[in-house]
Amino acid sequence: MLLIRCPYCEAERPEVEFVYAGEAHITRPTNPSALSDEAWKDHLFTRTNPRGRHFERWRHLHGCGRFFNAVRDTVSDRFALTYKAGLPRPTDAEIEAANAPAAQTPATNAPAAQNQEARS
Amino acid sequence: MVPHAPASLLVRNGALSVRLADEVARFSLRLAPADTGQAAAAFGGPLPARIGAMSQSNGRTALQLGPDEWQILAPPGDVDALSAAFAALPVPHSLVDISHREVGIVVEGAAATLALRSAIAFDLEAMAVGTGCRTLFDKAQILLIREAADRFRIEVWRSFADHVWGLLRAASREIDLDL
Repeated sequence: MLLIRCPYCEAERPEVEFVYAGEAHITRPTNPSALSDEAWKDHLFTRTNPRGRHFERWRHLHGCGRFFNAVRDTVSDRFALTYKAGLPRPTDAEIEAANAPAAQTPATNAPAAQNQEARS
Repeated sequence: MVPHAPASLLVRNGALSVRLADEVARFSLRLAPADTGQAAAAFGGPLPARIGAMSQSNGRTALQLGPDEWQILAPPGDVDALSAAFAALPVPHSLVDISHREVGIVVEGAAATLALRSAIAFDLEAMAVGTGCRTLFDKAQILLIREAADRFRIEVWRSFADHVWGLLRAASREIDLDL
């Protein structure tokens, strides 16, 4: 069983308390009526589905009840970092820093504020 | 009460006792974290400020479950006083009486962590005394409170209580037989 760090509870909790909630950092178009059917379909259904590092949402359903974001490797299933909902996507450097052996309690570090939220 | 259940389960060597807790009043409190200072006056003491932490005053216990969620346990006769105190609170909040939604189960003894470990996935040994959390007991959502090093309290919805009690009965039987 995985242990997942909840950034709100600030504790490692067992996987069974959580539910997966899809890819993170997907911004809903401000004016969907202006989109073509193709673009709207992409927003609704098309996800990156990467092999490796994936930014995704989780919910601590049987705990504090909060949604938060996580960086997980889809190959190894290893969680690199979890952070509160609404924070920008962490940079590679921040993820590396969080996983450095010297890091004490890295998982709640707020990522730098200047990241762009645009979907790549 | 848990239907068809004896009042308590006792393991012969005294290592474990499982019993229904005395009736208490329970409230679910939702409140913006910034307003806890004002709510403290209604509660009768400071509310805990950290998820998992508990605070007590005048026989009332408050446990923080989420960033804006607390559960309050109080003596049964305290319902009206507590409700009235929060009704006078000027900040937006929600206080819901959930006294009859849940059943309290006390698991006590040297083998308490062993019994609970049969259905709880996280490290109970590492749980600090005087803290609590929402978690899963097998498939049933519970509130687990560590009241002392060898005493835990489970708060579980009535409809799940039979299931939890049955698992605790099976675990205590195994501990009794030293399996």
